[in-house]
Amino acid sequence: MKIVVCAKQVPDTNEVKIDPVKGTLIRDGVPSILNPDDANALEAALSVKDVTPGTTVSVVSMGPPQATSMLKECIAMGADDAYLLSARAFGGADTCATSTTIAAGITKVGDVDLIFAGRQAIDGDTAQVGPQVAQRLGLPFVTYVQKVRELKQGSVIVERQLEDGYEVIEVPTPCVLTAVKELNTPRYMSVGRIYYACDEAEITVWNEADVGLDPADCGLNASPTKVMRSFTPEPKGKGEMLTGTVPEMANAVVEKLRAKFVIK
Amino acid sequence: MVLTEKYKLVKQLARKFAENEIPQELQDEIEATGELPIEFRNKIAKSGLLGMKVPKKLDGQGADTLAYILAIEEIARVSMVASIYISGANSLGSGPLLLAGTDEQLEKYLAPIARGEKYPAFGLTEPGAGSDAGGLQTTAVQDGDYWILNGRKCFITAAPYSDYCMIFAKTDRSKGSRGITTFIVDMNLPGVSLGKPEHKMGIIGVPTSDVILEDVRVHDSDRLGEINKGFSNAMKTLDYGRLGVSAQSLGVGQAALDEAIKYSKERKQFGQRIADFQALRFMIADMATELYAARELVYNAAVLKDANDPTASMQCSMAKYFSSEMCNHLAYKAVQIHGGYGYIKDYKVERLYRDARVNSIFEGTSQIQQIVIANNLLK
Repeated sequence: MKIVVCAKQVPDTNEVKIDPVKGTLIRDGVPSILNPDDANALEAALSVKDVTPGTTVSVVSMGPPQATSMLKECIAMGADDAYLLSARAFGGADTCATSTTIAAGITKVGDVDLIFAGRQAIDGDTAQVGPQVAQRLGLPFVTYVQKVRELKQGSVIVERQLEDGYEVIEVPTPCVLTAVKELNTPRYMSVGRIYYACDEAEITVWNEADVGLDPADCGLNASPTKVMRSFTPEPKGKGEMLTGTVPEMANAVVEKLRAKFVIK
Repeated sequence: MVLTEKYKLVKQLARKFAENEIPQELQDEIEATGELPIEFRNKIAKSGLLGMKVPKKLDGQGADTLAYILAIEEIARVSMVASIYISGANSLGSGPLLLAGTDEQLEKYLAPIARGEKYPAFGLTEPGAGSDAGGLQTTAVQDGDYWILNGRKCFITAAPYSDYCMIFAKTDRSKGSRGITTFIVDMNLPGVSLGKPEHKMGIIGVPTSDVILEDVRVHDSDRLGEINKGFSNAMKTLDYGRLGVSAQSLGVGQAALDEAIKYSKERKQFGQRIADFQALRFMIADMATELYAARELVYNAAVLKDANDPTASMQCSMAKYFSSEMCNHLAYKAVQIHGGYGYIKDYKVERLYRDARVNSIFEGTSQIQQIVIANNLLK
């Protein structure tokens, strides 16, 4: 079985600061990490590998050359190989162009039975790339996967997380599954695998020509998303804490909701 | 030292493991019970951290000393006892095997340690002999294919957790340190028993006890290395052990600095943060500088040791001497910066202060390190 995991290197913070003048993300001084949901995606793939002999897990990413360090981390966790789509032409991509590029990379890896991706990256938070990759590849997909119930010949049964529960979906393979953090606990790297990843393993780097893409279909050229303005939202004011007995507090809530015409 | 990506990843792995797996509640539990819970020991075993320097073909991780040092430092930053449990298997427990084990012994004893299935102890110290290894009283007398061991080892780290113990015994009483042989002793053999765990000042959670040997019959196939050649084996193992303690000192020192910085920014007196008083600023600056110097010394000694540099043994002693004294200074200052709160068990620095104290004592006191350094210089 051949599994591909889509992974992204992201700044290690949930509170990315924005340059107030340029309106762009400030990445200086922020350490880069493997996107947390992608670590869950990788763990899901590695768990299949643990119990299915002959399985290979390949990680595909798009990013600047320094993203190789994140891919080494993936290999140190247990991935067999890793591919980085990195070229000037890919720069400035929105999710639309990114998914074209990632899909081309996965096609180049070839004969893939299953694709895992993280639900979303902590820097952009769009949750669009996983489904868009499926669209480009013409594959079915399930988002918000919280459990892989059963991997069968030709299909997989998963639980899809909902706000108030989950639904059980059987989907034919190959398909794309996007992982939420409830799916599993990502394993640690091992020291021995770190040595392998850094001393022996090779990260394959592909540019647009390697994956057969026209530069017009990549990066900024192929990104319809235009960012009007980036800003840091004002922090919300502190909530008002009510005190007193439960009936008193309940009455106070009702009064306040009435005053705001939320209820009559 | 500028670390390459490989070493940065090892550091990252150890830090993540320590921060995720040794939360405050677990640290408190360990302190209260004096034990590392079995579930926690199993997690460590599964992580591969017990066999970092064991070759990959023996199911180890195949790492070098620098990687090992970095991992121990990061674990000790969160929990000194957890780091001792890990270094115990890696350095003192595995060291004699790695240095002198036959292929059969490596397969039989070292591979299970690396896989986390078995845990080893190191039995050199006795009530009357530690650094003065020539004065060992434990004896091994040959009887056909067996050796009969008698004696009492003391202060044996993690003895109650151990499946076997590397015992150093006199095989020729006329020869001092040149009459010592190493044996791999299964703790389940008839005649092996343990003393009561000692009530220690710090590093609570890794029990330390006597190992008593009464007519213990050890097969000659469990003799480690040549007869009467155990002393050099012990000394070489101690070089690695000293680096392990150095790394623990860095971790404890870093934790002391972290706590001191955090607290001095929080605590307000006379209308300002105590971090804004120059006296404290100078203390923090001194702590960080001392820590940095120690770190460079320790990392460099680790690299020299792997390179078989002729000065490595002396450098290991220098690293151990300087870093263990450093972490005591830093723990002292961190408690001082906390004032009365630093004397209360609710604050981490109280434990750091007690844990730090052993570093300038075990695996050779600071004074023994000074002797080693001087002997190297004044040959």
